[in-house]
Amino acid sequence: MALRRFDLEAGGDSFAFKSETEEKIAFWRGKYPADKQRSAVIPLLWLAQKDNNGWLSEPAMREVANRLEMPYIRVYEVATFYTMFRLQPVGKFHVQLCGTTPCQLRGAERLKEVCKKEIGKPMFVTDDQRLSWEEVECLGACVNAPMVQINDDFFEDLTPESLSAILGRLRHGADVTPGPQIDRVNSAPEGGTTVLTDASLFDGSRTRVSALPNLPKPPEPTPEATGLPEADAPTNTKREEPTSKEIKS
Amino acid sequence: MSDTFKLNIDGVEVEVPKAYTLMQACEEVGAEIPRFCYHERLSVAGNCRMCLVEWEGAPKPLASCAQIVGDLRPNRDGSPPVIRTKGAYVEKARNGVMEFLLINHPLDCPICDQGGECDLQDQAVAYGRSDSRYDENKRAVEDKYMGPLVKTIMTRCIQCTRCVRFVAEVAGVEEIGMISRGESAEITTYLEKSLTSELSGNVIDLCPVGALTSKPYAFNARPWELRKTSSIDVMDAMGAAIRIDAKGDAVMRILPETNEEINEEWLSDKSRFVWDGLARQRLDRPYVRRNGKLHPVTWPEALDAVKAALSVGADQVGVVAGDLIEVEQAKAALDFFRGLGVKNTDCRPASAQYGTSGVREHYLLNPTLMGVEESDALLLIGTNPRVEAAVWNARIRKSWLWGNLKVAVIGEAAELTYPYTHLGTSADALNGAAVREFFKGAKRPMIVAGEAAACRSDGAAILSAALSMAQETGAVSEGWAGFGMLHTAAGRVGALDAGFVPADGGKATKDILGGALKTVVLLGADEVDLSQVGSAQVIYVGSHGDAGAARADIVLPCAAYSEITATFVNTEGRVQMTTRAVQPKGEAREGWAIFRALSGVMGKVLPYDTADELRALLRGKAGQNTAFSGRGYAPGAKGVSALIAAPPAADGGFGNAPFGRAIADFYLTNPIARASRTMAECSALATSLDTAVAAE
Repeated sequence: MALRRFDLEAGGDSFAFKSETEEKIAFWRGKYPADKQRSAVIPLLWLAQKDNNGWLSEPAMREVANRLEMPYIRVYEVATFYTMFRLQPVGKFHVQLCGTTPCQLRGAERLKEVCKKEIGKPMFVTDDQRLSWEEVECLGACVNAPMVQINDDFFEDLTPESLSAILGRLRHGADVTPGPQIDRVNSAPEGGTTVLTDASLFDGSRTRVSALPNLPKPPEPTPEATGLPEADAPTNTKREEPTSKEIKS
Repeated sequence: MSDTFKLNIDGVEVEVPKAYTLMQACEEVGAEIPRFCYHERLSVAGNCRMCLVEWEGAPKPLASCAQIVGDLRPNRDGSPPVIRTKGAYVEKARNGVMEFLLINHPLDCPICDQGGECDLQDQAVAYGRSDSRYDENKRAVEDKYMGPLVKTIMTRCIQCTRCVRFVAEVAGVEEIGMISRGESAEITTYLEKSLTSELSGNVIDLCPVGALTSKPYAFNARPWELRKTSSIDVMDAMGAAIRIDAKGDAVMRILPETNEEINEEWLSDKSRFVWDGLARQRLDRPYVRRNGKLHPVTWPEALDAVKAALSVGADQVGVVAGDLIEVEQAKAALDFFRGLGVKNTDCRPASAQYGTSGVREHYLLNPTLMGVEESDALLLIGTNPRVEAAVWNARIRKSWLWGNLKVAVIGEAAELTYPYTHLGTSADALNGAAVREFFKGAKRPMIVAGEAAACRSDGAAILSAALSMAQETGAVSEGWAGFGMLHTAAGRVGALDAGFVPADGGKATKDILGGALKTVVLLGADEVDLSQVGSAQVIYVGSHGDAGAARADIVLPCAAYSEITATFVNTEGRVQMTTRAVQPKGEAREGWAIFRALSGVMGKVLPYDTADELRALLRGKAGQNTAFSGRGYAPGAKGVSALIAAPPAADGGFGNAPFGRAIADFYLTNPIARASRTMAECSALATSLDTAVAAE
């Protein structure tokens, strides 16, 4: 982990929360008693980062400290401790590329090459201010490795080609589809389910009450208890078609 | 449930309170526990892991500083838990910790100022390996700016966080923190701003390695070359215990010593870093002004000149003693001038209204510095302890933080590092209901008046009202003398005790300097307003060329506090003695000896030939109880009967003019500090910070 320092020049002199954020601030502060307001420091820093184009400037950090009546150094400690607080400007779409073991085994190194080629060095912001990237530790989507997080969305099961395509679309303002970039739903097998495909598993026909010999005799099942499942009960045999959406910056 | 717990430490059975930490318990049986992050006066961090001990049956060694004894449990057979602080297991654990600490620690001891007094060095010798198995690159950390006093070499930092805890808990300014984490962790001030505490120098002592060292002392000396002298500080009226480290005839540095009743083990920045002022602007020979310029002369010539200047009639001579005057000089000067019939003698600032009632308790800090820890309600009248007695302010903060002290202030609403009720800016507030409300239910009320309240024309009425308030609120009762004055000058109480006030019909400081007299003698008095002296002949007796010497017609050089063995009485009335650490500069003499010599020239020989004879006179005959009889103890509540008596009558009431500041600039309160470059730098920095804040 490299040294983390505020970009004082890019941070300017002032920061103000957006007016619509005030409600969220009140929500987080409301969770803690009046003399323990500093407990809300991480949520407030996070909100400040959201309101400041995805990174935490020094004036933004001071604003949080002032609101919570904390010494600046105490907030500074928190802001530098957690790498999710970015102390330097990032692009409109900030790519957090997971480089931890499962992703690395599944080709994260090649994704890194793509980022280097398409964007540049880590934390470098492209001239059009649209893209930047950094390597992060595990984001908890190992089963869909390799993956990246772009702003608030995961893009999983990436190949150099699919990541390159996503970056290209983001650069030109086109819509991209979060989630797995191969033919699978969430973490289900690629190409559809290969086990537990028997429909009778899910229609309720196998549901029966079994009795253990040394248990007291169970009451007779009532007709309601053996009723069929509702017609549109969720199963993992049905596949949802991925929908395209604009991801939030 | 009993409050104590039995332990078996190194084969010795010991019963200790349950609240003890394991480290304290181990020390109870005399075991030596190495440590870096643990410090008696700071909260427990438990992050250096050097204090590991073995608890028989526990899966891992325990960090003894963070383990509360009450949380241990006896063995299954009911016998006390077995703790070992020695043996192969503990050795191996400490050896491993030490190896980790040294992985990223540079091997630059030969160029490190901490060398020779470094905890890490000592403990590496005692517990470390002879070599390192680590052959990767060591990490390097950027040095940080922490102001003109603290030099940082952050690569040496072992992240014990003592400095972080000190500034947050004791100094009360949260300015140092540990940023980032893991291998990137760094100690820094916020955006490398200068520390704004008056106690910042203490982080140098606290730092167990050479990461934080003294900037003015950098590369000046090695600890084993220095001659160490225990002495007393005179930068404020607390009389903190210090150690003066000298090499040859130069003071190289000043460090605090432990005195639980005064400074615990802290020292203010002014006391610690003033030493370069002891080598600058020194008066090292007598001078006489001829044709508008000061010319160096010999002692006999100077004494003859003084004789001529004093031959103007006793009522035309006035004597003002300054802030740093030692008792011996005050006594000798007083005896000398009284022998000449001079009545105009004063040791107090202009317009001071205390010290003449003849009751010592009226001008002492009777509750004592340590007494604030017993108090539960403290009222500060016209005093800002943060600048007037910085170390005591830390003790007030401690009592507020860990005890149940609440504080109220009448006077300037300054930042004191603890919250307080601001009752008003002028003495009017003493009549208000708020102050009575504040003391309601207080068992040990404490009222402290400062010079800003006492040094004004209505000061007597204010002090009288404050004492009445103390009587009304129960601040003075048998066994608790909760009323006192906080002085700003080290020499003041001693001079008052010696009787250095105007005799009957004599003039006080303001009138002495008002231009009506023909000869004015200044005994190191530089803090007084000399603009009205007019055409009077001015004789200056002092150690530094400052305001007084600049105006003087005759200058007699005398020794500074590091160069004399002399008596000082602190604001509590505690008699203490400095010890000569270095020789006086040039031809400078001890203050009392100058007046002994003058008395010979004037034909009125003083009855003592040595300082010891003078001190014997001060102490009085055997069995006689004078202010100077005892040494090292504060009278405290012994004199409470004098406070219970009716307060001295004061003419008229008091006005509603707000209290000013007794000290305008913390760093520049006396000639020694004004001669110090370090203090000048600190002062300039503090002023610029103040202005920046005001401009916002």
